[in-house]
Amino acid sequence: MTERITLAHGSGGQAMQRLIRDCFLTQFDSAELALMEDQAQLPLAPMVEQGDRLAFATDSFVVDPIEFPGGDIGKLAVCGTVNDLAVGGALPHSLSVGFILEEGLPLEQLERLVRSMAETARAAGVRIVTGDTKVVHKGSCDKIFINTSGIGVIPAARQLGARQVRPGDKILVNGTLGDHGAAILQARGELALSGTLESDCQPLNGLIEAMLAAGTVHAMRDATRGGVAAVCNEIAEVAGHRLQLKETTLPIHPQVRGISEILGLDPLLMANEGKLVAFVPAEHADAVLAAMRAHPSGYDAAIIGDVSTTDNPQVLVEGLYGTCRQLLMPVGEQLPRIC
Amino acid sequence: MDGYNGIAIRVRGQVQGVGFRPFIWQLAREAELCGEVFNDSEGVLIRLAQPVDADAFVRRMREQLPPLARLDEVILSPCQLAVSPEAFAITPSVGGSANTRIAPDTATCAECQREMTDPKDRRHRYPFTNCTHCGPRFTIIRQVPYDRPFTSMAPFPLCPRCQAEYDNPADRRFHAQPNACPTCGPQLRLTGPQGSELAREDDALQQAVSALQAGEIVALKALGGYHLAVDATNDAAVMRLRERKRRPSKPFALMALDLTMARTLAHISPAEAEQLQSAAAPIVLLAPKPEGEIAPSVAPGMARLGLMLASNPLQHRLMALAARPLVMTSGNASGRPPCIDDAVALEELGPIADKLLLHNRAIVNRADDSILMVESGVPQLLRRARGFVPTPIPLPPGFEAADGVLAHGPDLKNTFCLLRRGEALLSPHLGDLADPDLFSAYRHNLDHFASLFDFTPALRACDSHPGYLSHQLAEQLARESGTPLMPVDHHHAHLAACLADNGQPLDSAPVLGLLLDGLGWGGTDTEHRLWGGEILLANYRHCHYLEGLPAVALPGGDLAAKAPWRNLVAHLDAACPDWEGRTIPALARLRQQPLDLLRQGIAAGLNSPKASSAGRLFDAAAALLTGVFELQYFEGEAAMTLEALAWQAVARPDAPLPMLSRPALSLNPLWQTLLDGLEQGATPAELALRFHQELAAGLVGRLVHHAQAHGIERVALSGGVLQNRLLQRLLLQGLRAHQLLPLTHAQVPANDGGLALGQAVIAWARHLEGHNP
Ligand SMILES: [Fe+3]
Ligand SMILES: [Mg+2]
Ligand SMILES: [Zn+2]
Ligand SMILES: [Zn+2]
Repeated sequence: MTERITLAHGSGGQAMQRLIRDCFLTQFDSAELALMEDQAQLPLAPMVEQGDRLAFATDSFVVDPIEFPGGDIGKLAVCGTVNDLAVGGALPHSLSVGFILEEGLPLEQLERLVRSMAETARAAGVRIVTGDTKVVHKGSCDKIFINTSGIGVIPAARQLGARQVRPGDKILVNGTLGDHGAAILQARGELALSGTLESDCQPLNGLIEAMLAAGTVHAMRDATRGGVAAVCNEIAEVAGHRLQLKETTLPIHPQVRGISEILGLDPLLMANEGKLVAFVPAEHADAVLAAMRAHPSGYDAAIIGDVSTTDNPQVLVEGLYGTCRQLLMPVGEQLPRIC
Repeated sequence: MDGYNGIAIRVRGQVQGVGFRPFIWQLAREAELCGEVFNDSEGVLIRLAQPVDADAFVRRMREQLPPLARLDEVILSPCQLAVSPEAFAITPSVGGSANTRIAPDTATCAECQREMTDPKDRRHRYPFTNCTHCGPRFTIIRQVPYDRPFTSMAPFPLCPRCQAEYDNPADRRFHAQPNACPTCGPQLRLTGPQGSELAREDDALQQAVSALQAGEIVALKALGGYHLAVDATNDAAVMRLRERKRRPSKPFALMALDLTMARTLAHISPAEAEQLQSAAAPIVLLAPKPEGEIAPSVAPGMARLGLMLASNPLQHRLMALAARPLVMTSGNASGRPPCIDDAVALEELGPIADKLLLHNRAIVNRADDSILMVESGVPQLLRRARGFVPTPIPLPPGFEAADGVLAHGPDLKNTFCLLRRGEALLSPHLGDLADPDLFSAYRHNLDHFASLFDFTPALRACDSHPGYLSHQLAEQLARESGTPLMPVDHHHAHLAACLADNGQPLDSAPVLGLLLDGLGWGGTDTEHRLWGGEILLANYRHCHYLEGLPAVALPGGDLAAKAPWRNLVAHLDAACPDWEGRTIPALARLRQQPLDLLRQGIAAGLNSPKASSAGRLFDAAAALLTGVFELQYFEGEAAMTLEALAWQAVARPDAPLPMLSRPALSLNPLWQTLLDGLEQGATPAELALRFHQELAAGLVGRLVHHAQAHGIERVALSGGVLQNRLLQRLLLQGLRAHQLLPLTHAQVPANDGGLALGQAVIAWARHLEGHNP
């Protein structure tokens, strides 16, 4: 019989201690966590040597299904916060993790997810230093929700942000768009696809360090929920510029393209979990692009558009024959409008 | 006497810039009256010294009105003239002209045409001649008052002879703001595709004509935009234009020199002839003559030809020299809005045209060619732009006080509408706001119209579709300006536009509405919010859903509007799940489509919302019966091809059509009928006709039912699908057979181009009722 999470695992009693010791401590392999204090204590001195500002980010993760080709909710939870830190130019340092578990979750599955988190954290070079677990009645949540928060250190010379974006900047992405969204559809059984479509879920801090070493970058965002469309609209709004994307330059996995063409889905609106959009001064664009392509997380990197001045901030997508459309901030589901 | 020594005649309407004051001056002189006439902010004021028979004067004024003048109101009152005048004079204008009308662009008058062909006239062959009775108006006006310095004629100072005409009340060109002659006015220029000048003035025109005769493509600068012209009798030349414009099948409009030439190409009824020759000079959709010499690639597969007559001096001259019909299609590159700027025109039309015939008068306001059809003797506008805009549309009784309403219109075929001083001002047809250039033109036009017509919105209306760009902009502007915003459901707006178009009073009892179009945001009466085939019970204020077509998935969302086969899958899966087992050749191509993935998408609700769309139903039927299966190259291609096919099965198009009678519309038997018919060897044309007949019969059956249930006899017909003449005629015939009174569109399009008027009148009616958004 599979062992399952019960309310006792969140009671603070023996069952919970056992869960923390057997599952979390062994996997996360973290000195701070092992001390089992109410807080992690992090020495400042090494951080001060690395930079002059602390970056601090948090994100909560809910996904159905919790395991999918190319990743799972645990990997997602680590990548999400690592990437939120890294796109600001920070060197990710440590994470907290909060679990909300649904009564009845197989313990074995939880262990798998925790192992995945630990592996991802190791790959990203961050440590999980503090955590919390709650168990809720069956039906009060969907299997497992995870929150991660993280801190990172920003080296003194780095100044990244939407306000740094300038007319003339090139817009770069590190690879194919919409893979995560499509993989999730497939994993949910809503689309039975042949082939091997996987989520792009990955930490991006290594890639970002390679990019920053190659040239100046004005701003970066990770294009998760809402896809590249959401990122571009946020940047256009904050920076007050026009962003023009070229449809033909968008890197799109053939299978995602197939699905999009048949179902009328726009890869620019689809979710990614390992894709960033970078705004790079034109004179650095080629160097940064080359650095991206030399990195395993950026094989399919591409320049997809540029930034120009306007008195009406907007995102445009140029199609095949120079036809243009406005790319709007996604509002819920795509609604047909052709009368 | 009571101290008054004169009579004031207040005249409101389209009375400025149309030769009204010199007309009054002449009228007064003939009657040997003393007094004055002048323009003011209300229109024109006439003061006549006593003794005078003012009633007789007004009668003659009404009888002999100049061609472009329109009277809205004439009010007589006694007045005091300061000094007793000894003659009749035109005195200087007083005040602004915010409350007067701006005339639309108007076809060249007979007198100006005659002068052009008179070798002794100083305007012989001059392609920019005009007078107070004709010529450009709306398209050259930058701001009011309508005076030359505020038009694109500003850079052309009048020569002494033109100035003398301008100053002489007895002259046809008295105060004609665009007055021009070869000495002082705009001039032609012919360039190559890169902009290098090839010739000027009449040489330019002659060379352009030679190029056209040789089969070349020439871009022409017209009044409200550019045209691309090519010899319509030269199939290779037309095909070349199709390739360069990347426009594989959308029909091209034609231009004929005059009615005589037009009659060699198409059957033209007296009502159609009247429209062709009207001052607005629209494109009229006509039945082609099979023996006409029009190249087959001009309008492949279409039942109608779009044809207009030469209507500006340049076109008269060009057509007379070319002596053959020309394709005269709007000057835009594929997927781009029509240009109005020379530099943009060169950039976008240069790659398409072999030569460009340009001139140095700027186009201020874009106005595409208007399009209309005469159906059952009634002219129905399908696109309202050049020649009609900005003539106000009168509002029905009860709307006299309507003011301050701005209706933002739909996203596609956008026009917006101002309600101002009891009239509706509709902007010219713009297009799909998803195009960023059109969207910024839309924003610009909203401001431009507000300033031209001295208008400040106090209440805004918009379509209730949350994804419409017009909706989102209206929300933003309403927020920024603190004006209330009233979202209006798409089909209620269509219906109200039809009511207003038919002069139905504000407080009229509810009517039935039959709304057939592609798609619109519907009310909460149904689970699906996307409507397009509904029977509604409504007046200006309220709208109740009675019933509608069954909701069927739109696989791929907006892609369904482009790819007819998607709708065929959705409809067949819903109506005849066994269709894949049938041995019908027409279904073979459907089986080859990616049905699995599409069905998974439908099942999972992935971008496959359900909609009760008549337009998509036509697309589905076209995918079964016509060649328009994979992709529509232009909006309505599938439905228009299906209609054209159905007409082939109509033995006598002018006689009453063969009708069916059905108590209700049920799609399942309809699809079974079509599939059975194909299996049994019926021709696609017969089945296309049957489709129209069944659809009309079922809809009439339900309308008759609801009419009896609610004691109603009026039925408003609106929505873009009503452009289908076969369907419209079947519906009218069926409704009349049951003593119902159908209301169809005339002055505003049944398609989304008329929607803004409906939004505006609904907003005002609800505002009067105290409904606060
Ligand atoms: Fe519509
Ligand atoms: Mg995030
Ligand atoms: Zn004239
Ligand atoms: Zn002159």
